[in-house]
Amino acid sequence: MSEQLIVKTMEEFMAEGKQPEILFWVGSAGSYDDRAKKISRAFVKLLNKANVDFAVLGPEESSTGDVAKRAGNEFLFQMQAMMNIELLNGYEIKRIVTCDPHSFNTLKNEYPELGGNYEVLHHTQYLKELLDNGRLTIEGKEYKGKRITFHDPCYLGRANSVFEAPREVLSKTNAELVEMKRHKKTALCCGAGGAQMFKEPEKGDMDINVLRTKDALETQPNIIATGCPYCNTMMTDGIKAHEKEESVSVMDLAELLANSI
Amino acid sequence: MEYVPNILFAIALVLGIGFFTRNVKKLSRNIKLGKDVDVSDNKSQRWKNMAKIALGQTKMVVRPVAGILHILVYVGFIIINIEVFEIILDGLFGTHRLFASLGGLYDFLIGSFEILALLVIVAVVVFWIRRNIIRIQRFIKPEMKGWPKQDGNMILYIEFVLMTLFLTMNAADFQLQQLGAEHYAQAGAFPVSQFIVPLLEGLSESSLILVERTAWWLHILGILAFLNYLYYSKHLHILLAFPNTYYGKIKPQGQFNNLAAVTKEVKLMMDPGADPFAAPAENEAEGEPEKFGASDVMDLNWVQLLNAYTCTECGRCTSECPANQTGKKLSPRKIMMDTRDRLEEVGKNMDANKGEFVPDGKQLLDDYISREELWACTTCNACVQACPVSIDPLSIIVEMRRYLVMEQSAAPTELNNMMSNIENNGAPWPYNQMDRLNWVNE
Repeated sequence: MSEQLIVKTMEEFMAEGKQPEILFWVGSAGSYDDRAKKISRAFVKLLNKANVDFAVLGPEESSTGDVAKRAGNEFLFQMQAMMNIELLNGYEIKRIVTCDPHSFNTLKNEYPELGGNYEVLHHTQYLKELLDNGRLTIEGKEYKGKRITFHDPCYLGRANSVFEAPREVLSKTNAELVEMKRHKKTALCCGAGGAQMFKEPEKGDMDINVLRTKDALETQPNIIATGCPYCNTMMTDGIKAHEKEESVSVMDLAELLANSI
Repeated sequence: MEYVPNILFAIALVLGIGFFTRNVKKLSRNIKLGKDVDVSDNKSQRWKNMAKIALGQTKMVVRPVAGILHILVYVGFIIINIEVFEIILDGLFGTHRLFASLGGLYDFLIGSFEILALLVIVAVVVFWIRRNIIRIQRFIKPEMKGWPKQDGNMILYIEFVLMTLFLTMNAADFQLQQLGAEHYAQAGAFPVSQFIVPLLEGLSESSLILVERTAWWLHILGILAFLNYLYYSKHLHILLAFPNTYYGKIKPQGQFNNLAAVTKEVKLMMDPGADPFAAPAENEAEGEPEKFGASDVMDLNWVQLLNAYTCTECGRCTSECPANQTGKKLSPRKIMMDTRDRLEEVGKNMDANKGEFVPDGKQLLDDYISREELWACTTCNACVQACPVSIDPLSIIVEMRRYLVMEQSAAPTELNNMMSNIENNGAPWPYNQMDRLNWVNE
């Protein structure tokens, strides 16, 4: 059992008659996936450290419907979206932060047309804000001098042009950022997007995550950093396929930062 | 008899432009088979995109070799068109080098055209080598076999021949000018064609005139032929890149469009006060319920169909596609080629049936684009990012997935499981919604 985290639900805030600074949208992966849960914990550790008054929805949160929309199920997506919007609007949520670029994209871009208007931030953007205004300070010893490459998640980078925030967060760890040949706008997908995460790939001669991990390994990194729970899974599997799990690890930026406090 | 060439020229011009206009009408009719979509927003951003991407070629130079060579051909064609304007006027009025009175400026113009013509020839030769000798990956993918390959080469041949004719015409003209032939007044500068002159050495004045006239006629007839070849080739992008970049996606790439018809139904389902058996409101159009997603070209919107005609099969999308790079069947370029081929088939069907489409038992789905291709997409937007003229193959893939899922319930089994998990417990995995906060204490 690791250290105790302070996490309050929106329901609790309501009972106290208070509003949180931000709502942390944990997402399905961050709630249930064993690897991604560690990312949620690391992010909360940082929020606690910076004394951020944040809330989660807890059992009231439900899938954003993003993956259903990518799979073509607009009905299911809109059902989910409207239920979530009803809840979020009921709580008068203004600002949402999430560790999942897919939730980020759909909440930010696709919810407004259905009546959900919020300021939505990816956790790296919010962490950058906390670092910039001095609420969060980082010692930056743990990864000093380590070679870290950053894999741009499609739905954060290409889809929403967020390239700098994750890199600035990474720079606070004092690690050396080594870029892959294809990065930012031309980054290769990890292979999980478009609902691929939940199905076997079509017939081909290689898995996409293995190819993308090859890109990453070419930079001879100690760590592959990601900002997406799905990319994390895919890259971790890719590392195993290349039999490099002993020497290279895959970590979320929130984890890197939390370990650098 | 004196006016015979003028008349012949006028006839050729009218036929060439008339036939082209007929095809443009067909093109526009076919594009309008698509559903309406509101693209009246963000006008200034749209103009900017067109100026930057189509006029400014900004996305072409992402790949510098192809990009810079392409700019040569592009600038060459646009600027040499000024000369074509003179040629048309000369042809109609029986004049020769009508703009010669511009003097020094005229010399400068003709000189520049010649240099550009040479650069176009160089670029075209390199392009041909890339396609046929080096055989760059993206030009030899399965969808490029047969006609698409011939088409690509054909365009290079035409461009080569047109430029050669232009220079030959000038060389003969230059030589005639030096011989002081009648009608061939001193005009123009010939920095490139002067090197062809030695080949014409020793020809009599009448032979030179024959060479000059033949090259002149073949050049302008060639241009008219090329104009009409466009519609049958992949080369329409030289015109359609402009509207296509104007109507291209403005929103963040990750934002997929919202299906308003679904919103209406979902709202009804979620409204506890709604009476599902209520008669439709007075002004609500009754009729067939709207089809969700796309199984054929008429289900796509007209911008997607414009995309299909604009595609010049360069394959940058396909070479950036993660699915294609790992040997899957999906190729975004093929999605665009299939859409266009099917749209052409529908158009021909209409031509043969007095403008009405008679169902032919075929559709875009399965007959052109397989389900395997559609399900291989990661929706990563690499293809959209790569396209130098703002084509969005992803939107077509998603529209067809929507049809498969919402009209056919034909998603892969694993995805059906994932979706029923979301329906039952609000997550793509079969976990209890009440356990959503367990991670805090683990």
